[in-house]
Amino acid sequence: MHNSKTVEIIVGLFVALGLAALFMLAMKVSNLSTYSGDSGYVVTARFENIGGLKVRSPVTVAGVRVGRVSNIGFDNTTYEAVVSMSISGDYNTLPTDTSASIFTAGLLGEQYIALEPGGDEKYLQQGGEVRLTQSAIVLEQVIGQFLYSQAEGGGDK
Amino acid sequence: MVNLIRNFGRWGLGVFERLGRGHIFLFHILMGIPSVLARFGLLIQQMMSVGVLSLLIILVSGLFVGMVLGLQGYNTLVDFGAEQSLGVVVALSLVRELGPVVASLLFAGRAGSALTAEIGLMKSTEQLSGMEMMAVDPIKRVIAPRFLAGFISLPLLATIFSAIGVVGGFFVGVGLLGVDDGAFWSQMQAKVDFSEDIMNGVIKSIVFGFVVTWIAVFEGYDAVPTSEGVSRATTRTVVHSALAILGLDFVLTALMFGNI
Repeated sequence: MHNSKTVEIIVGLFVALGLAALFMLAMKVSNLSTYSGDSGYVVTARFENIGGLKVRSPVTVAGVRVGRVSNIGFDNTTYEAVVSMSISGDYNTLPTDTSASIFTAGLLGEQYIALEPGGDEKYLQQGGEVRLTQSAIVLEQVIGQFLYSQAEGGGDK
Repeated sequence: MVNLIRNFGRWGLGVFERLGRGHIFLFHILMGIPSVLARFGLLIQQMMSVGVLSLLIILVSGLFVGMVLGLQGYNTLVDFGAEQSLGVVVALSLVRELGPVVASLLFAGRAGSALTAEIGLMKSTEQLSGMEMMAVDPIKRVIAPRFLAGFISLPLLATIFSAIGVVGGFFVGVGLLGVDDGAFWSQMQAKVDFSEDIMNGVIKSIVFGFVVTWIAVFEGYDAVPTSEGVSRATTRTVVHSALAILGLDFVLTALMFGNI
């Protein structure tokens, strides 16, 4: 049988290897290394249609990810979707007249919110609201409109 | 006809009796765990035979599973021009499913069966009764260290499996098939979430570790003390562990990712 000291060392190495594997998964595989903690602030935006937007979808400014969608709700009186975005505290200089649009990454990609900063001198605070919004483009509606306009154009000739 | 119903009833009662014995046994093991922590050497020795000696099969299978995922994922994704997402496919399938499940199945075959056979033989050669004679509680001295060692080892093994699998997928995807190195890692980091994906995988492996070692030590302790009984108990360990792992995996996946 093994010497008990050697056994202890080998078991210690085994546990260390397991923890190292978890560390590698955390840092190299997942987004933990880019995650900046909960120091962010939450702003809301109302959309007529959010398409395929989901909780944890990215929020970007100029293509750079600044936060994530933290909650999606529904307003019973205005029939609008209320989207809460958690934005990292590093990006706290977004003007109050920032506009939000829902875009799709690539043809089949996931949907994300793109923020377009305005020119106001006041900045969005915790609990603020983005007032200028543009809904997601629903492909069926676009095709429907296209067919409709084609049919109208055809009728004129 | 009456006999048929009677046999059925006897079978059902037997199943419930075993279930009950299993839970009482589990309770005794859990009661015995503090005394294991007091005698740390026992635990270290069992970690060696249960965990460290299973390491090789876990490393090799993890590497190959990752490499196969890389190949298969690439062949599917390249049709959509989305081979950049290969890292996401490999990492998510490993940390969410294959890491915990395959590592647990291998663990049940490699370490669980060994535990059952060892304890069953101890029982059939009356070592366990001998211990009781000497006022040594066999559950505290023999069973609890093995249980705890399996419970600690399996999550570590499953994590190692996932990590080495990602490396295997990286070798095949980036090394052989020419997926872009940067895209492989950056897409993976963008899509894999630490608490959602990796921690849920770890939780799965903790649950499987608990169940597999419980089944293994119980089957050994409950074995009919003959050579045939021990061989049956070993078979049952592997079969029941596999069924429990796959069944629980569905339940856990539904709870964690299913939005049910």
